[in-house]
Amino acid sequence: MPAEEGYRHDLLVVGGGGAGLRAAIAAAEESNRLSIAVISKVYPMRSHTVSAEGGTAAVMRENDSLDTHAKDTIFGSDFLADQDVVEAFVKEAPGEVIQLEHWGCPWSRDPDGRVSVRPFGGMTVNRTLYAADKTGFHMLHALFQTSLKYDKIVRYDEWFATSLLVEDGKVCGVAALNLHDGQVRPIAAKAVIICTGGAGRIYPFTTNAAIKTGDGMALAYRAGVALKDMEFVQYHPTGLPGTGILMTEASRGEGGYLKNKDGYRYLQDYGLGPPTDKPVHRKMELGPRDILSRCHIQEHLKGRTFEGPYGDYVHLDLRHLGEKVIDKKLPFVRELARNYVGIDPVYEPIPVRPVVHYMMGGISTDISGKTSLDGLYAAGETACVSINGANRLGSNSLTELLVFGARAGRAAARYALERPALRSNPIAQLVSDERKRLDQRFLRADGRERIADIREEMQNAMEKGVGIYRNQAEMKETCETLRKLRERFAHIGLADRDAVFNTELIAALELECLLDVAEAVAHSALAREESRGSHTRTDFPKRDDARFLKHSLAYRTPGGSRIEYLPVTITRWPPEERKY
Amino acid sequence: MSEETITLEVTRYRPGHDREPRAQTFSVPYRKDWVVLDALNHIKDRTDGTLSYRWSCRMGVCGSCGMMVNGVPKLTCAAFLRDYHPGPIRVEPLANFPVVRDLVISLDDFMEKLRRVKPWIIREVEKPVAEGEYLQTPAQLDLYKQFSMCINCMLCYAACPVYGLDPVFIGPAAIALGYRYNLDSRDEGYRIRQPILTEAVGVWDCTFVGECSVVCPKGVDPAAAIQRSKVAGAKEWFMSMLLPWGGR
Ligand SMILES: Cc1cc2nc3c(=O)[nH]c(=O)nc-3n(C[C@H](O)[C@H](O)[C@H](O)COP(=O)(O)OP(=O)(O)OC[C@H]3O[C@@H](n4cnc5c(N)ncnc54)[C@H](O)[C@@H]3O)c2cc1C
Ligand code: SF4
Ligand code: FES
Repeated sequence: MPAEEGYRHDLLVVGGGGAGLRAAIAAAEESNRLSIAVISKVYPMRSHTVSAEGGTAAVMRENDSLDTHAKDTIFGSDFLADQDVVEAFVKEAPGEVIQLEHWGCPWSRDPDGRVSVRPFGGMTVNRTLYAADKTGFHMLHALFQTSLKYDKIVRYDEWFATSLLVEDGKVCGVAALNLHDGQVRPIAAKAVIICTGGAGRIYPFTTNAAIKTGDGMALAYRAGVALKDMEFVQYHPTGLPGTGILMTEASRGEGGYLKNKDGYRYLQDYGLGPPTDKPVHRKMELGPRDILSRCHIQEHLKGRTFEGPYGDYVHLDLRHLGEKVIDKKLPFVRELARNYVGIDPVYEPIPVRPVVHYMMGGISTDISGKTSLDGLYAAGETACVSINGANRLGSNSLTELLVFGARAGRAAARYALERPALRSNPIAQLVSDERKRLDQRFLRADGRERIADIREEMQNAMEKGVGIYRNQAEMKETCETLRKLRERFAHIGLADRDAVFNTELIAALELECLLDVAEAVAHSALAREESRGSHTRTDFPKRDDARFLKHSLAYRTPGGSRIEYLPVTITRWPPEERKY
Repeated sequence: MSEETITLEVTRYRPGHDREPRAQTFSVPYRKDWVVLDALNHIKDRTDGTLSYRWSCRMGVCGSCGMMVNGVPKLTCAAFLRDYHPGPIRVEPLANFPVVRDLVISLDDFMEKLRRVKPWIIREVEKPVAEGEYLQTPAQLDLYKQFSMCINCMLCYAACPVYGLDPVFIGPAAIALGYRYNLDSRDEGYRIRQPILTEAVGVWDCTFVGECSVVCPKGVDPAAAIQRSKVAGAKEWFMSMLLPWGGR
């Protein structure tokens, strides 16, 4: 059909990061009768997967087993992971990382030529593959470059999906804005896979790139799909003050120490000891992220952290590793610390503080990536297939992109093959409605609210109410602030009315998504009256399996989220106390 | 007490409105730990929401934020204001590319060229996943590792005098990536890829001055890849010794 009427495919992947590209390739290999498209708001190799540093987990060695990987993951999740899903995950992980090896990913190697594995937080054995400390970068480029060999994968680079098109209870594509000409067009498809990544930008201080604004979560939420377990937000214990740039957990996996202002390895005071010179799995600096981030706050309350212009911090000390190890295993950490805080970790400890890093929650899917809306699938950080539960273990996420990206790709491909041709008229109507909405909301309106103001106030409210430690009064206040911000958003004013590369319009669309996601996080957190994994409440300090061994599902309503619950699947690991 | 400021002279260009690019001057707070990208974000959030540019990771790895800073191609998320103090700082779109708007350049040409060098593993027979990984020693990895570090930031194209004169030239990063796969012990595509590279390098008068390698923020050294692709004769022999079906 002519361009203004839009484009038509069998299967559309929204997002060109690790999950999206893996899904597209899996679909291409599933059937050569399918026309497949990938739409991405940035060129795929710019996607956030590019910044992942530390590694990707899979059972690769004789001293390891699928059950141990499963158990570590479930334990790390504080028993909120679905155990059938975790079992599928650990089983398919080794094949996926080897597949990526066959596609050219330059994994670091042992002298005998096998891929190397390193220790990571919360894991009982070495099972994290890595490509020095640029694992995500190499994985993304290997996937992207491999995707170029499939002629039938069509790309829409620098197109922004603004809404899902739903007709007669089924997804039939997306409405999307082409940044290069400012036109909103339908990209019709029989099946859509959302792979739009996380939403760290709902917080002021995050490791996440600017593009991580939760767009796909918001699109699904608006279409009536539930967002699952949104209250679980991972803080990473070691971000650079000011920028939030990540110092990878691999720096502790390789043997780095965390020290307070007295030079003391404080984690031993919180049941993670005893301190040893060499790293021991799941102890001290290799404890899980939720616990380490809470220890930081406790140290701060005891007055034992440093004070700096960007808040309190502790030291990540790598000096004892020596220049050779640092340059071989952690070159990017050295580069980043030198550039952004002017510190060379070979000679000085690095200042670090906890920083928002990862969304455990997301679009609720089943084990094959299918959502409750016919034709809609999701995978990657934007999805919640429930391997991470209440706390993700480092290096499980990159593997998740591969395993569940591939699963969603195959499932959506099979669905698309069976579905009859789409009807054009309703699609044209839906897109024309969407054009009107955008026009009125953003390009005609003469509101006076600034994007940056609303964004900043939202971020501060999130940090205050749903940060590392939470309580009812502050969460209620945050919900209320978010409600008011949503009202103010209706009066947003844009200076830019141009069609070509209007990044102000994109920022407004992203802010609209951020507000939706923030709302789901705050409301889900308020409703969960217990402490589990990353969700820590001072007013409900204990885990409460009787009431809350279940997933929360947030549904969008005009007055905020409506929260429902879904049982957790337990197969072989009954809940026990989570102690390291 | 008024805060110290620094001046940015930023190129503006709106297609359909401006016949030519023009410079617009902005004054931003001077902070020692700010990069040029922070200054641009400050302008966009507080002074002029219409300014357009690309950025994402703000940690030098996504490759989005390349611009000319005082005439030199730079990642603006890694270019500190303090290195240009007291200013003014000139910020322009990357040289040698068509400008889409303001500081945004068109990548269409590179995306097509990247595909042309077949930057993926080519095998006569693919090994089934169930049979495990291809073994690759650390030494074999080191052979190509450097050329796999490219973030596609396009700084080398902005610095390349040959590309500046004739954009048909396939250019430094694409050649480096093609070369990277040729050097990978898992790859058997040398015979298919090398003619593309030889042709790409051969007819063009690359001076090997190496401007591309000088500006590369990731130490890729595309100039070395270009030079070594040129001496393909000797190389070809060398590779045919290494590859199981390269000699046929
Ligand atoms: C600094 C850092 C380091 C990390 N290190 C590790 C690690 O070592 N190990 C590990 O396992 N995990 C790590 N993680 C987590 C992991 O990197 C992410 O969870 C993962 O990369 C997310 O991948 P994704 O494919 O889901 O999304 P992304 O890579 O974020 O891709 C999202 C895609 O969606 C597109 N998109 C988004 N919105 C729209 C829209 N509206 N329209 C069109 N396209 C859209 C984007 O353009 C992009 O292509 C790290 C995370 C961070 C922040
Ligand atoms: S070779 Fe270097 S300068 Fe050129 S695109 Fe790659 S990273 Fe950028
Ligand atoms: S913003 Fe990613 S490289 Fe500069």
